[in-house]
Amino acid sequence: MKYFGFIWRSAWRKKIRTSLTILSVFVAFLLFALLSAIGYAFKGGADVTDAERLIVIDKVSLINPLPMAYKNRIAAIDGVESVTHSTWFGGYYQDPRIQFAQFPVDPYEYLALYPEFTMPPEQIEAFAANRTGAIVGEDLAKQFDWKVGDRIPINATIWTKSDGGLSWEFDLEGIYTTSDPRGNTSTMLFHYEYFDESRAFGQGTVGWYILRVDDGADPVAVANAIDAQFANSPNETETSTEQAFAQSFADQFGNIALIVTLILGAVFFTLLLVSGNTMSQSVRERISELAVLKTLGFTDLSVLGIVLSESILIMAIGGLLGMGIGWLLVQGMMEEMGAFLPGIFLSPAAIATGFAIMIGAGIVSGIFPALNAMRLTIIDALARG
Amino acid sequence: MTEVLARLEGVTRAYQRGKERVEVLHNIDLEIPKGDFIAIMGPSGSGKTTLLNLLGGLDKPNAGKVTVGDAALSSMSNNQLSHWRSTHVGFIFQFYNLLPVLTAQKNVELPLLLTNFSAKERAKRAAIALDIVGLADRAKHYPRELSGGQEQRVAIARAIVSDPTILLCDEPTGDLDRETADEILKLLQALNREHGKTIVMVTHDAQAAGFANRTLLVDKGTLDFKEAA
Repeated sequence: MKYFGFIWRSAWRKKIRTSLTILSVFVAFLLFALLSAIGYAFKGGADVTDAERLIVIDKVSLINPLPMAYKNRIAAIDGVESVTHSTWFGGYYQDPRIQFAQFPVDPYEYLALYPEFTMPPEQIEAFAANRTGAIVGEDLAKQFDWKVGDRIPINATIWTKSDGGLSWEFDLEGIYTTSDPRGNTSTMLFHYEYFDESRAFGQGTVGWYILRVDDGADPVAVANAIDAQFANSPNETETSTEQAFAQSFADQFGNIALIVTLILGAVFFTLLLVSGNTMSQSVRERISELAVLKTLGFTDLSVLGIVLSESILIMAIGGLLGMGIGWLLVQGMMEEMGAFLPGIFLSPAAIATGFAIMIGAGIVSGIFPALNAMRLTIIDALARG
Repeated sequence: MTEVLARLEGVTRAYQRGKERVEVLHNIDLEIPKGDFIAIMGPSGSGKTTLLNLLGGLDKPNAGKVTVGDAALSSMSNNQLSHWRSTHVGFIFQFYNLLPVLTAQKNVELPLLLTNFSAKERAKRAAIALDIVGLADRAKHYPRELSGGQEQRVAIARAIVSDPTILLCDEPTGDLDRETADEILKLLQALNREHGKTIVMVTHDAQAAGFANRTLLVDKGTLDFKEAA
């Protein structure tokens, strides 16, 4: 710590150059924060899934429905604690561009399987009691300023009604929150019963099953047992963890993680060139000063440490500013865009990765100038200075 | 009998310039008594600075032995020499070599970063050193805000702040006008006489050498080492 003041002053030797370098670091880490949060959203919140929840989908494709009759057969398999179902509705609100997820579900079963969704008991009761009732997450309610009691029309893009209409109307009976700050509260849930009776086709089918395994049961064994149960049937199944399901759902949008990685790779590579050049110039300019430090008794290693610390400091200033502003922007995006891009979140893992990159990039960009500084011989350096 | 602080025995220092081996010092013997103030004179390239570098542990001889106090410099590692320099030697350069990003006070504190002193103790000792060189009121000034003479005084404060055994000065007045040079030389003289510092000063200036107790001549051609005064 006693060297900090000295390192700080040395880093600001050329204020404009250091400021510009910090600005480039800032932009790189701002991008990192934003792209990480967006990438997280595209992962479909795979990280917030429950390891004890399994998802059963049609083996051929997620969009192929499964018979409702499978529910009891799945429930009867050893190790299955409870089971429910859900279906992709795919409607929009007011304008085709305003889309968010809607799922017809069994109210009690579904909420029992997702205990992280919380809402007042009277709202749960009201939802269960009203055939055209619906509940929405708090982000969605905030987005459209919906309140309990509102009537919400949703236009179908897949599920026409048996009367040929596309407009489905729901009574908002509750607004749920989530105990997990990363959780998605941008979805709408409504009665499967109403949905199944009113749709023009597909009666008696569901999109997928969700189940929880018994405590101590092996999820892999349960998944295998379910798939074996329906092997060679018209609707063979593929059972996976909720995380794998979320990931495969996200993969429909392309490999977002790879795209994000490639963009950030290019950004950080450029950043290393910029900051490495800054440090090289900085060391070249003060050969004689470094020689003086060694003359005073600073060892080769301490000179290496001083130059490396300076490089890490510059990276940390820009990086922390970039991550900090990025975090603030992500909070704003969660408020404003939560309904359109649910699950946008700057995860602790992304923040930790950001810190690791700061330190790593500081070391990489500073190591060669630092090694040059370390190898300086006092007499030669004093003569050159 | 006067106690010997530094001793050079049969010291030879040669450099390789391309294929040519240039011998700067040849088989030098020298004893520097504790508390002495010695000026070293000689033409350019005669090896004055090389001699100073050997005494300060910045360079090692090809042959012979350099001893300062109890330390046999010629057999110490680079790390050992660094630690030894931090506590035993104060260097004063022709061009001051202050760090421009640090104030006078922080420049003087620099060698104390290598000690275990607290920040408060470092500041206190730096303030005393600045007071000794008469620059207590310039502690917060940066080198660019000081005159050449003041910069050299700060450099002297930096050299004495860790209370070294020996002060090595390489042309300390080479960049100063006569009047300022004399002030610096009087300061060095006072450090020698009043604080008992052993000083070895390389200079081209005979008038500067006159401030020392004695002058040694390094003769480039023959590498003879003669006591001149």
